[in-house]
Amino acid sequence: MSTPSVEPVLLPAKRRVAQLAMLAFAVVIIMGAYANVGLAIDKQIPSGMLTYGLGLGGFMLAAYLVLAKFAPWADPLILPLVTLVNGLGLVMIYRLEAAKMGGASATNQLVWTGVGVVLFSVTLIVLRDHRALQRLTYTAGAVGLLLLVSPLIPFLGKEINGARIWIGVGGATLQPAEFAKLALVVFFAGYLVAKRDVLALAGRRLLFIDLPRARDLGPVLITWGFSLGVLVLQKDLGSSLLIFGTFIAMLYIATQRTSWVLIGILLFVGGAILAGMLFSHVQDRFTVYLNPEDPALYDKVGGSFQLLQGLFGMGQGGVIGTGLGQGHPEQIPLAFSDFIFPATGEELGLTGLMALLMIYALIVERGLRTSIAARDPFSKLLAGGLSFILAWQVFIIVGGVTNLIPLTGLVTPFMSQGGSALLANWILIALLVRMSDAARKPPPQAIQDEGMTQVFQR
Amino acid sequence: MSDLTLLLIRLAFLAVLWFFVIAAVGVIRTDLFGSRTTAAVPARKAPKAVKPPAKSKKGEPRQMVVTGGPLQGTTITLSETPITIGRANDATLVVSDDYASSRHARLFPQDGQWIVEDLGSTNGTYLDRSKVTRPTPVPLGVPIRIGKTVIELRK
Repeated sequence: MSTPSVEPVLLPAKRRVAQLAMLAFAVVIIMGAYANVGLAIDKQIPSGMLTYGLGLGGFMLAAYLVLAKFAPWADPLILPLVTLVNGLGLVMIYRLEAAKMGGASATNQLVWTGVGVVLFSVTLIVLRDHRALQRLTYTAGAVGLLLLVSPLIPFLGKEINGARIWIGVGGATLQPAEFAKLALVVFFAGYLVAKRDVLALAGRRLLFIDLPRARDLGPVLITWGFSLGVLVLQKDLGSSLLIFGTFIAMLYIATQRTSWVLIGILLFVGGAILAGMLFSHVQDRFTVYLNPEDPALYDKVGGSFQLLQGLFGMGQGGVIGTGLGQGHPEQIPLAFSDFIFPATGEELGLTGLMALLMIYALIVERGLRTSIAARDPFSKLLAGGLSFILAWQVFIIVGGVTNLIPLTGLVTPFMSQGGSALLANWILIALLVRMSDAARKPPPQAIQDEGMTQVFQR
Repeated sequence: MSDLTLLLIRLAFLAVLWFFVIAAVGVIRTDLFGSRTTAAVPARKAPKAVKPPAKSKKGEPRQMVVTGGPLQGTTITLSETPITIGRANDATLVVSDDYASSRHARLFPQDGQWIVEDLGSTNGTYLDRSKVTRPTPVPLGVPIRIGKTVIELRK
């Protein structure tokens, strides 16, 4: 600071170059991973390297251009980080397909990624101001509920692998719960902005905890009942935990009251125990969780075989993994969807999994950072809720496959094969990008130098 | 393809993966400690923006931090433009607070100082303990109260 006169104004930089460089870096890593798979399996650079690598690169370049045009101040890291996770998922699916695993199709996943990028762009172009969503609070709530219960409608809903969470339109199937979670987060954010004062202020203090009034428990109880309904009727443990947890987290963000978190945890644990005693499919999950090594459970259909195969795979990987294309992740059932995390763990080892979790953590960090920087309460809650739901989803599935918590069928965001989840998550990222653009944009420039009238452009 | 080559490729891939993480953290660094590239930004914008002479003065506030209320933690970087605070959606800082007016208060720079002005709000704007009745200069670190929201200027 010897020459204070050149000290610049601290403007938040757009960091477009950094973003493009990180994006190129991510695509290069993915192409390297393809080459590695080919070298290990066929002893030559696979022809897929250029198709998939350049395909992914092209999609991301398109996403980058849309972002640079329509959200120029957006966070520079979100897109490259998501690209890398999405690409690693593609590589793993490609690798499983190369090992002749039935159901894995990297081409399908690449096409879905393309559709995801299109939806990302459409969201950014159509939604110029995310606060428009605040006007749709109750519409979003209704749409969310409708999507969530739609698999229960006769003839429309389909039961696949024991969970009734699909709807079939023609030959295609769709998981509406993935889109429902977005609509519900929008609803929670809008609702809590309107009601946070009464939820935060009224109540009395008891033993270091501010207890809310009994009649304010209504929304929590309704969400609780609803998520238990999902658990029981659709046999979908994952979505139930995901939605209830997100509601509690957003309630906490809105009111800063620990008592809501305690009430939420107690309610959910109580509900889960009750459901475990009454319904056999919930009980089965608990038995598998508590004794996965039991030989009887291991041989049972729907028992602990899959979970243990995943754990064996990760054990085989060790610290640095077997190397891409050199392990046997195809022996884990559903390794391309629910169990893609252990499959990656087998080939990349602890080191690779830690890097992967770091990347997820960074995406969430960027989202929470957006939430802190946001200038109005609705954006704060929406960004906080969307980041939390991403983090919570990663926790539930990674905790499940590592036997930390009972296993629930959720997809690993951006990695697992499956269109619905990928599309919904790309829309989620578009919303985060839109909000980070609004939060990082410097205050609008005044037209006059300094006068009585100020002109604003928002 | 020998095993040794594959081992080397495997190690290299993991190293590159971690390098990506570290590079990402490097980009985030600028969030916390300021951007090293900002020196180039004003240079490019120099023809447009005329720097006020007071720019070089030490002790000039650079950001406005919300230290209390529902928006706690929000930071707005100060440039040469005025900042409005209120419940209206076009305010720079939108507070959702029953005690704040739609257009509650305004902060603007003048001769290297930031001035707070109450825009005829119902419940008033307070600088430290005293009510703001006319445009008043804001020293660094002194809390401004608007309803339940408390803001402060910082370097």
